[in-house]
Amino acid sequence: MSQPGTIGKGPQMSDYLKLIALAAIALFAALAANWARDLAYMVHALLIMALAAGLMIHTLRHMEEPAGPDARVATPEGYMDGPVRYGVIATAFWGIAGFLVGTYIAFQLAFPVLNLDWAQPYANFGRLRPLHTSAVIFAFGGNALIASSFYIVQRTCGARLWGGNAAWFVFWGYNLFIVLAATGYLLGATQSKEYAEPEWYVDIWLTLVWVVYLAVFMGTILKRRERHIYVANWFLLSFIVTVAMLHVVNNLSIPVSIWGSKSVQVFSGVQDAMTQWWYAHNAVGFFLTAGFLGMMYYFVPKQAGRPIYSYKLSIIHFWALIFLYIWAGPHHLHYTALPDWASTLGMVFSVVLWMPSWGGMINGLMTLQGAWDKIRTDPIIRMMVASLAFYGMSTFEGPMMSIRAVNSLSHYTDWTIGHVHSGALGWNGLITFAAIYFLTPKLWGRREMYSIPAINVHFWLATVGIVLYAASMWVTGIMEGLMWREVDQNGFLVNSFADTVDAKFPMYVVRGLGGVLYLTGALIMVWNMWMTIRQPQAAAIAQPAE
Amino acid sequence: MADDKQIDEATGTETTGHSWDGIQELNTPLPRWWLWTFYATVVWGILYTIAYPAWPLVSGATQGVLGYSTRAEVAAEIDAVNDANAELTESLVSIDLAALEQNEPLHRFAVSAGASVFASHCSQCHGAGAAGVQAAGYPNLLDDAWLWGGEITDIAYTVRHGIRNDTDPDARWSQMPAFGDMLEDAEIAALVAHVRSLSGLAETDAQGAQLYADNCASCHGDGGMGDREIGAPNLTDAIWLYGGSPEAVEHTIRQSRFGVMPAWGGRLDEAEVRAVAAYVHGLGGGEREVAQRTEDAGAPPPE
Repeated sequence: MSQPGTIGKGPQMSDYLKLIALAAIALFAALAANWARDLAYMVHALLIMALAAGLMIHTLRHMEEPAGPDARVATPEGYMDGPVRYGVIATAFWGIAGFLVGTYIAFQLAFPVLNLDWAQPYANFGRLRPLHTSAVIFAFGGNALIASSFYIVQRTCGARLWGGNAAWFVFWGYNLFIVLAATGYLLGATQSKEYAEPEWYVDIWLTLVWVVYLAVFMGTILKRRERHIYVANWFLLSFIVTVAMLHVVNNLSIPVSIWGSKSVQVFSGVQDAMTQWWYAHNAVGFFLTAGFLGMMYYFVPKQAGRPIYSYKLSIIHFWALIFLYIWAGPHHLHYTALPDWASTLGMVFSVVLWMPSWGGMINGLMTLQGAWDKIRTDPIIRMMVASLAFYGMSTFEGPMMSIRAVNSLSHYTDWTIGHVHSGALGWNGLITFAAIYFLTPKLWGRREMYSIPAINVHFWLATVGIVLYAASMWVTGIMEGLMWREVDQNGFLVNSFADTVDAKFPMYVVRGLGGVLYLTGALIMVWNMWMTIRQPQAAAIAQPAE
Repeated sequence: MADDKQIDEATGTETTGHSWDGIQELNTPLPRWWLWTFYATVVWGILYTIAYPAWPLVSGATQGVLGYSTRAEVAAEIDAVNDANAELTESLVSIDLAALEQNEPLHRFAVSAGASVFASHCSQCHGAGAAGVQAAGYPNLLDDAWLWGGEITDIAYTVRHGIRNDTDPDARWSQMPAFGDMLEDAEIAALVAHVRSLSGLAETDAQGAQLYADNCASCHGDGGMGDREIGAPNLTDAIWLYGGSPEAVEHTIRQSRFGVMPAWGGRLDEAEVRAVAAYVHGLGGGEREVAQRTEDAGAPPPE
């Protein structure tokens, strides 16, 4: 297959255009850095300037070279796996970064002295916390979703990725977004919206990258050679489309100056809160649920070698899930300025969402019918089963916590943190690890992972880590909820806030230890990936029989 | 790929005939328990939205047949407590504070109300256990050292008007000069030693004593006993607001200190001010109206 714009020898018209565009970007970034109103904006402008200049020099140096065949596109079927390979490595890299920061801030809460004086204000909890959440959700989870969706959509459509190098643009563009977001947090640029902290210019960049992502994915589906669209692709497409909508609406803001990072939201007050939680809840619903269900629907049947349990269930639970999820956001705002009617609707839709969510768990687990023995023999399957179990648990816990009476106890406590982590570490983390163990040997043409026992060790470290994390947060969350509402015989509050903070200390240490275990497991995975990729070619076999 | 339906051997279920990259699908019907639980949640959801405020309309939303409102629920809970406490609260507001201790049930009520006020409003600086934070100059309320008086009426005045704030003209006010510009380094060192010697922490000499007499005694007293009328701390009790180390005392002498407490009179109601005064008074160092002091006439006027 030929690449557009690379046929023949010598410089092309497109190369000159590219040079002009890169020069213009570098110049504009230099001006922006000069006129920058704040540190984050200046650092970002300098970063863009360096990137554009570097790319320009690279283009210039390679203009006279003949275009060679793209060595990175070498599967016999003609699939484009280069961006998938990079994506798998980026997933592992950002995973380690995110887990490390998470573990560190967990210990910051237990031992505030870890908010090191010399590292202020850059490394205080307030700036590291969004770095952690964005690193695990968007960097680790996002790269996992992009890489696996590119892998899955090609295999299940029998078609190469649409759009040529656009897939590379998606990979590099998305990771640039992550770098801009992460450095922005440390330098103090934030719009103070949970899970949507990046400022306006970073948001605009992500929008651009995301539209290209949608085009590549849709384009590939449109040119598919299969008659039907596989269920994994329904979920992945709903994830891409909905995240685009959520991202654009929640980030509607007006920059104070185009030379500064600060912007002002167009919504205010409770409307802003409602928009924010509509966004944030559906980031959970469509990013962490629908997207990862797409991964599950491919990797579980492939690894188990079994058909999907029920086609009907996948249709019904897909449509029910995406219809219901979008309404559930207001349950984050019970007992606030939000009107009661919105709060009721959020709660009702959340509870009705219970069975549609469980549909995915049933379909995943029951796909193992006829292959249950693999839970014993295959640690990757074991990881998938544990992942689905945590998915089932947190999609039951979520609707329960959305009930107003339960929420009056659980809200603002560590129970919420525990809930999020049993979903994120259990469901998203384990299914991603399983996908990485599935993909790594295939993408690098090896027979299997370097060490299967190491996968087993990773499984147990991760599982025990999650149990420590979730259990300590349940205990401490319910404890502080009860302490906050404790009154004496005259109706007077008994505890001060600091009393509850003091009481939580031992559980914070246990939570931190859970994080250490989880991080250790991920480091073992990275070692295993490294050894697999480095394995001598002799150990590799040609291609799997399929 | 091809639409060729087969029977799956392991389960005996027919496949749909689809195949993607080797993945097939079984045509298993929806699990009954799943479907009926789903229906049940939908039915419950409909009934719940009829019962409670739920559906947005053009100029408002349905109110629900139960007439429920979260605000009304919270207001009712608060009213119930206030109603139950109404009689005691009224007595607390009208009683002569100095006599509160004699009225045992009312005193017990005031202390438990005060504990809650303290936890919500005072613990941020003075600590949940009221032990203060020495490094930051937040006084320990458990000991019997009082800067402005330890009787319940004194405490109530301090709570109501605060200390050195800009918001209340009746705030308690004192200001020590910063001696850093007035004295030589050697003089300050001698003064530090003398001040610490008053609490038995250091040896002093004639220079230190002379410097103290010239610069400090007018407020802190010849013997260093302090003066509550002007908020001058007692220097002989080995209790230090900002610490008794040579460095801390030197810092105080050179630069002075200016601790501020907000006036709570505008934020707490009268019963709450009195309650928290009773609570703090009962923490350990509360003083009673006995003749320890000679100038009772100068005590702050009762509200």
